Amino acid sequence: MNRAALLVLADGRFPAGGHAHSGGAEEAVTAGRVRDVASLEAFCRGRLHTAGLVAAGLAAAAAAGYDPLLLEEAADARTAAPALRYTSRRLGRQLLRAARAAWPCAALDALATARPRGAHQPVVLGLAARCAGLTPLDAAHAATYESIGGPVTAAVRLLRLDPFDATAVLARLAPDMDHVAAEAADAAQRVQADGPAALPAASAPLLDITAEQHAVRGARLFAS
Amino acid sequence: MHLHHSDTFPDSHVHGSGTSSAAEGSGGRRRALRVGLGGPVGSGKTATVAALCRALREELSIAVVTNDIYTREDAEFLLREAVLPAERITAVRTGACPHTAIRDDISANLEAVEDLQDQLGTLDVILIESGGDNLTATFSKGLADAQIFVIDVAGGDDIPRKGGPGITSSDLLVINKTDLAPHVGADLQAMARDAEAQRGDLPTVLTAVKSPGGISPVADWIRERLAAWTAGPA
Amino acid sequence: MTLAAVPPSSPLPTVPTVPGVRATARIRAIRAGDTTVLPTLVGDGPFDLRRARPHGSQARVCILAAMSAPLGGDRLRIDATAKHGADLHITTAAATIALRGPTTAHATYDVHLRLAEHARLHWLPHPLISAARSNLRQSCTIDLAATARLVLREETVLGRAGEGPGRLSTRLTVRRDGRPLLEQQATFGPGAPGWDGPAVLADHRAIGQILIVDPTLEHRPPHARLLGDDPATGQAVLTPLAGPALLITALAPDTLRLRRLLDAAHPIG
Ligand SMILES: Nc1nc2c(ncn2[C@@H]2O[C@H](COP(=O)(O)OP(=O)(O)OP(=O)(O)O)[C@@H](O)[C@H]2O)c(=O)[nH]1
Ligand SMILES: [Mg+2]
Repeated sequence: MNRAALLVLADGRFPAGGHAHSGGAEEAVTAGRVRDVASLEAFCRGRLHTAGLVAAGLAAAAAAGYDPLLLEEAADARTAAPALRYTSRRLGRQLLRAARAAWPCAALDALATARPRGAHQPVVLGLAARCAGLTPLDAAHAATYESIGGPVTAAVRLLRLDPFDATAVLARLAPDMDHVAAEAADAAQRVQADGPAALPAASAPLLDITAEQHAVRGARLFAS
Repeated sequence: MHLHHSDTFPDSHVHGSGTSSAAEGSGGRRRALRVGLGGPVGSGKTATVAALCRALREELSIAVVTNDIYTREDAEFLLREAVLPAERITAVRTGACPHTAIRDDISANLEAVEDLQDQLGTLDVILIESGGDNLTATFSKGLADAQIFVIDVAGGDDIPRKGGPGITSSDLLVINKTDLAPHVGADLQAMARDAEAQRGDLPTVLTAVKSPGGISPVADWIRERLAAWTAGPA
Repeated sequence: MTLAAVPPSSPLPTVPTVPGVRATARIRAIRAGDTTVLPTLVGDGPFDLRRARPHGSQARVCILAAMSAPLGGDRLRIDATAKHGADLHITTAAATIALRGPTTAHATYDVHLRLAEHARLHWLPHPLISAARSNLRQSCTIDLAATARLVLREETVLGRAGEGPGRLSTRLTVRRDGRPLLEQQATFGPGAPGWDGPAVLADHRAIGQILIVDPTLEHRPPHARLLGDDPATGQAVLTPLAGPALLITALAPDTLRLRRLLDAAHPIG
């Protein structure tokens, strides 16, 4: 157990490509649905309890040592939009590169060999956490934080929000993050017995629709 | 509306890990020399890339990665100008932080570079154009083996004196658009003098890359770097 | 219809007794020569099953009187199986309205669809309406053999006209050839975090999906496609899944515009 590794893994400066992605925030801003601190917070709450919860479940299960290739399948089944599957695999590939440099580990090497074009990001995140000596709950925390940390940073750039206000959004959602991470880690405990169907699958229709809108937009700052 | 993004990933090849220091190429072949081009907005980075491609494409196998800020303007300019076939040009998005993508978190650019290398096989040079940024932007050694910093005379002839990492530490400083010097009242001699004071032995060229032959000193410098790269320890 | 004092049909000893109906409707379709026949067609509780006029080789079933259930505490289930080569089409006669009932306890409404090799199933119920103060957990679990084909359309409306929604959680699980193909959950209504925010539904109150599973999609996977330019009248996206299947997800202010979007994305005759 090495708790400080969680700070390294969850740090926004961890070089795994996240800075170029807004987690759907750019499209929500373009559509006018996110325009201030309050709507950003509502966006983040929704994303946390859907995409964030799903990512946390997958990450926790991978951190618990469940077969990453079965989790890949589970991630596909939970990601209806091809733009989001594509983004997840690209980010997974970038994270795999960073994680292998940070925590060299046979399990990460094996996943890179099995999925040279990238595995789903939450699966890689969980496996990286495992290789860093972290627990499934730690991995779930990293995933939940990431699920809204990226959109908040993006919104600061897109809307010129006061960065203190934006950070306060994350702080206000911290209890929600704890709750989501715990729920995800609980579900991951049931995976060995019940299979990946035990993992959360919360969907967000607007995130699916807007991900495809964003993917064909010519002028945009963020990759997703 | 049809959306075109591939969702399938043929498991056909394996790429290297995070370390990119050695000249590891797939199949034990030497990988391409990666040259980063940075510099302020509009200084002529894309014009330099286009001119380099035209000057070198007969003798070298070249590919380009662009880091557009908002649109795909740079990649599309290169495609329109047909300086290289489309499969040799890749655009990477940088989320409002062009310097992050070439310095602090190079993973997306590294992937673009590796994908080009994998898809095209033999490549001699990969040119990576950064999104136009400020004077502090530099390329990580993990991404580029050498970096060119492009400024222009129209941006103010005091820029070399102001310094900053791009001016002081780039492997080649290009002071572009010398053809405009008379029109903007830029003192080329002062620029050259200030650049030398900032850069010591590092080379600087004053040129106009869009003028006939204007790219030659830059192309020559690439040839030299490539010769040294190829001769160097694997 | 009203469901007064119907005794639990099969009380589970471990579950504390709550008022409510326990009912399971069963449908089994088999192939017989050029037609599909229904050796099992068993209604129960609020489910009244009717044979509708067949359509070529396709057998058609309509679930009638569906229903002023589910009410709080109800445990409702529909099991439908299309055996090898059978072609089965199931609809409901009217919208299903989840209501509060005598207790605030949740109701469950579980649909299980099983498709054997070369079977085909259309599951096209009328909308499910989550009325204010209702509390329903709805699930749809589908198991398809590799060569089976499915057309599913589900529409959900959050709240009747002029009222807010009740609490509704839904789960759609689709397995094909034993492998997960699609897994989606949603929780809407009072107490569900973020559901009406800009990441999930914003102010849309009608949600619809069409799911097509067809092995021939393996060879000609569709492109993702967007429908509905004006968010005020609804938005939809057609997405290829990671398998021979496509999913249309639509959001609209009401059922009328929802159906218009779904029909535009994929007309179902
Ligand atoms: N007069 C003159 N114009 C030039 C020269 N080189 C480039 N330009 C012009 O300068 C403008 C900007 O050139 P680009 O090559 O697009 O500059 P850039 O650095 O790539 O710009 P960003 O990518 O937007 O940061 C264009 O209009 C070019 O035609 C030159 O040598 N002389
Ligand atoms: Mg440019």
